[in-house]
Amino acid sequence: MRAAADQRVAANTDLQDYFDAIVAADQKVEPRDWMPEAYRRTLIRQIAQHAHSEIIGMQPEGNWISRAPSLKRKAILLAKVQDEAGHGLYLYAAAETLGISRQELVEMLIEGRQKYSSIFNYPTLTWADVGAIGWLVDGAAIVNQVPLCRCSYGPYARAMIRICKEESFHQRQGFEILHTLAHGTEGQHAMAQDAIDRWWYPSLAMFGPPDGDSTHSEQSMAWKIKRFSNDDLRQRFVDMCVQQAGVLGLRIPDPGLRWDQERQAHDYTQPDYDELMQVIKGNGPCNRQRIDHRRRAHDEGAWVREAAAAHARKKVMTHV
Amino acid sequence: MSEPLWEVFVRPRRGLSHAHVGSLHAPDAELALRNARDVNTRRQEGVSIWVVPAGAITASSPDEKDAFFAPAADKVYRHPTFYEVPEGAEHI
Repeated sequence: MRAAADQRVAANTDLQDYFDAIVAADQKVEPRDWMPEAYRRTLIRQIAQHAHSEIIGMQPEGNWISRAPSLKRKAILLAKVQDEAGHGLYLYAAAETLGISRQELVEMLIEGRQKYSSIFNYPTLTWADVGAIGWLVDGAAIVNQVPLCRCSYGPYARAMIRICKEESFHQRQGFEILHTLAHGTEGQHAMAQDAIDRWWYPSLAMFGPPDGDSTHSEQSMAWKIKRFSNDDLRQRFVDMCVQQAGVLGLRIPDPGLRWDQERQAHDYTQPDYDELMQVIKGNGPCNRQRIDHRRRAHDEGAWVREAAAAHARKKVMTHV
Repeated sequence: MSEPLWEVFVRPRRGLSHAHVGSLHAPDAELALRNARDVNTRRQEGVSIWVVPAGAITASSPDEKDAFFAPAADKVYRHPTFYEVPEGAEHI
């Protein structure tokens, strides 16, 4: 008995050592490899949250498909929202390789047991918001996601490579919408500025709490799931946006924004993290609406899934 | 909603093999193919798609460790670089 137990412990240490060696060598962990349970749980939480964000993220933009100002803009927005659905699907598939089922994932979202990015709990009030989402929200997402292409978990890294390629179209289309508005009539310029004013701080909050308050960061960095800290990524985003806002001819709504020669980076005002916590807790402007809509869409699609399953069964029977 | 899982393989262009690009759920093969078209080839990433029921795949070792492939490790003579070519031999 004793010998068997010792052997099991030794084998377990071997597994841990092998896992540690793979991560240390910047190799990828693949689905059927042994991995620490906490690594698996962390990845399920993060990938699921990411997938849910893509799916819920279809709503604020979908809100403007029927009211896009031209056929071209409508076709582009449709393609973009379809991409978000695709991104959600790549990510759900990646999460499923960790042993969780699609059904569980869908249920956890509509029952509020897993989160999605808080940014999608803000409303899209004007057409310029579609531009601001593309430029700022997708821009922040890209800054967050590019390092995830090197994440230690193979399926997640592969999904992120695809997603990042497609996101750059999203960011550019948003930038183009804002550029067009900013160089249009006075009213259009004001609409673009108003959108930036409302989306700037929620976009900064997308990078999560400051490093000192970030609960999952340290372990995720050690596992090479995460490569840079929240504050580093947020700084990178601010520095990029300042130059781009200049090209747009729009103002970043931060009186504290200035170039720090010594740090070679911009000083900026932090977003309101109390507001972020409130929105995460479910008290943002659209939290309830987003989940209600998702649940309704899921329920209303039930007959399609049932019909397709019945058709599949019937085909199997007639072909036997 | 327990639709079967399908593995998707795409031939990026003529002359290349199909390569695995991901997986998806669908009730049957025909819908799996249509879903794969929408999920994996929105930007002309392929000229041909295979969908395979995930359960139909037989895989090598239970993890991606190398014991199964170890016999190949000590057979360096399978590579042309193992051999010394005398000076002056051409086209070899």
